[in-house]
Amino acid sequence: MQRVAPFFLEAAWVTLELAVLSTLLGLTLGAIAASAKLYGNVVFRSIATVYVSVIRGTPCLIQLFILYFGGPQIGINLDPFSAGVIGLGINIGAYMTETIRGAIIAVDSGQMEAARTLGLSKFQAVRKVILPQAARLMVRPLGVNINAQIKATALVSAISVVDLTYTAQRYIGSTYKPFEMFILAGVLYMVIITLTGMIVSWLNKRVAIQ
Amino acid sequence: MGLDLTVVPPFAGLILQGALWTIAITASAGVLSFFGGIGFAICALYAPAIIRYPIKAFAWLFMTTPLLLQLFLIYFGLVQIGIDIPAFFAGMIGLGLHFAVYNSDIIQTGILAIDKGQHEAGRTLGLSRGQTLRKIVIPQAVRDVVPPIGNNMIALLKDSALVSVIGVVELVHASQLAISETFRPFEFYLAAAACYYVVNLLLEFTLHRIERRIALTR
Repeated sequence: MQRVAPFFLEAAWVTLELAVLSTLLGLTLGAIAASAKLYGNVVFRSIATVYVSVIRGTPCLIQLFILYFGGPQIGINLDPFSAGVIGLGINIGAYMTETIRGAIIAVDSGQMEAARTLGLSKFQAVRKVILPQAARLMVRPLGVNINAQIKATALVSAISVVDLTYTAQRYIGSTYKPFEMFILAGVLYMVIITLTGMIVSWLNKRVAIQ
Repeated sequence: MGLDLTVVPPFAGLILQGALWTIAITASAGVLSFFGGIGFAICALYAPAIIRYPIKAFAWLFMTTPLLLQLFLIYFGLVQIGIDIPAFFAGMIGLGLHFAVYNSDIIQTGILAIDKGQHEAGRTLGLSRGQTLRKIVIPQAVRDVVPPIGNNMIALLKDSALVSVIGVVELVHASQLAISETFRPFEFYLAAAACYYVVNLLLEFTLHRIERRIALTR
């Protein structure tokens, strides 16, 4: 156990990196797709709708496989880690689209009308009036998404990214102790998720103050 | 080598068989997660502390670790302590328990949202506490939480792809078998994704029907 512990800690760091980078990518994609769905013309709206529907309608594992194993066939060669970040990012982006869209819709429509009446352009109204209010409503559901994303990072072990799950599998090969290795990995996941959960609820409390 | 979708049809039988297994494991794990969820919810709310706390700890364990790890632990880990479960059942139990924990959370809120008067009325009519729960409270609570439980069922369908890693020959594994013969990952994973999309639409349609039915009989 002591011999493998440093490798598990290193792998936990990889898992954390994956979660953070893919969440950032997902947030960006989600923000773009949500604004396309809400404010875009027919073309952008349809693209965003298809993106959300296809990604949410198929398993993340398949999406990762298409990107990593299928990608080279159409000239996309990615190393496992990048494929993991991009694949997970595209996946969570679809879910974040709906979260962000939901929060923006939840802001009272009178706010938009009032801002427009005061002479702000549509873009200014969204940026200065709607988004700051919507951001508050997003924190909690986005926290749920992030929590799910940390657990979803385990999937990248299937495309040979050396994350926690992969490391557990690797050391089972040399120690023949699957139970202990999986439990060790599980404990580290728990620590990461519990800490993130605490950060999210702290953030939520802060923005909830009216 | 570009894309050539004509490599898929010769393996259509294999893929369809995989799709059937995906449906089978989703359905069985779905049933397990539904009734397991009700069971956990009742235990978490009404059981004595000696049962309640272990159940809560168990739920916390399942919610803070990845499903993939849980499947590995059930299939590869339990063998070490002498429990050898066939892959399909290991997958079914893993998926079922994982989603039972999530369903339990939803059902608990459903039960708590039922008016206290319903409990009291049941008891006044001479029903025991268990009977009141079983015949009056749970049916109403479950009806209220059908939409979020439905969302979990859709998530379960997609997560059933994970059981391919413990050797169940469902959609993903079936397409991997085809890939190992043809070396065409893109086409076959795309075909598998299309199958998931179709099954997903069917499931959404069914859930929508159930929701409408329940709304009508109210």
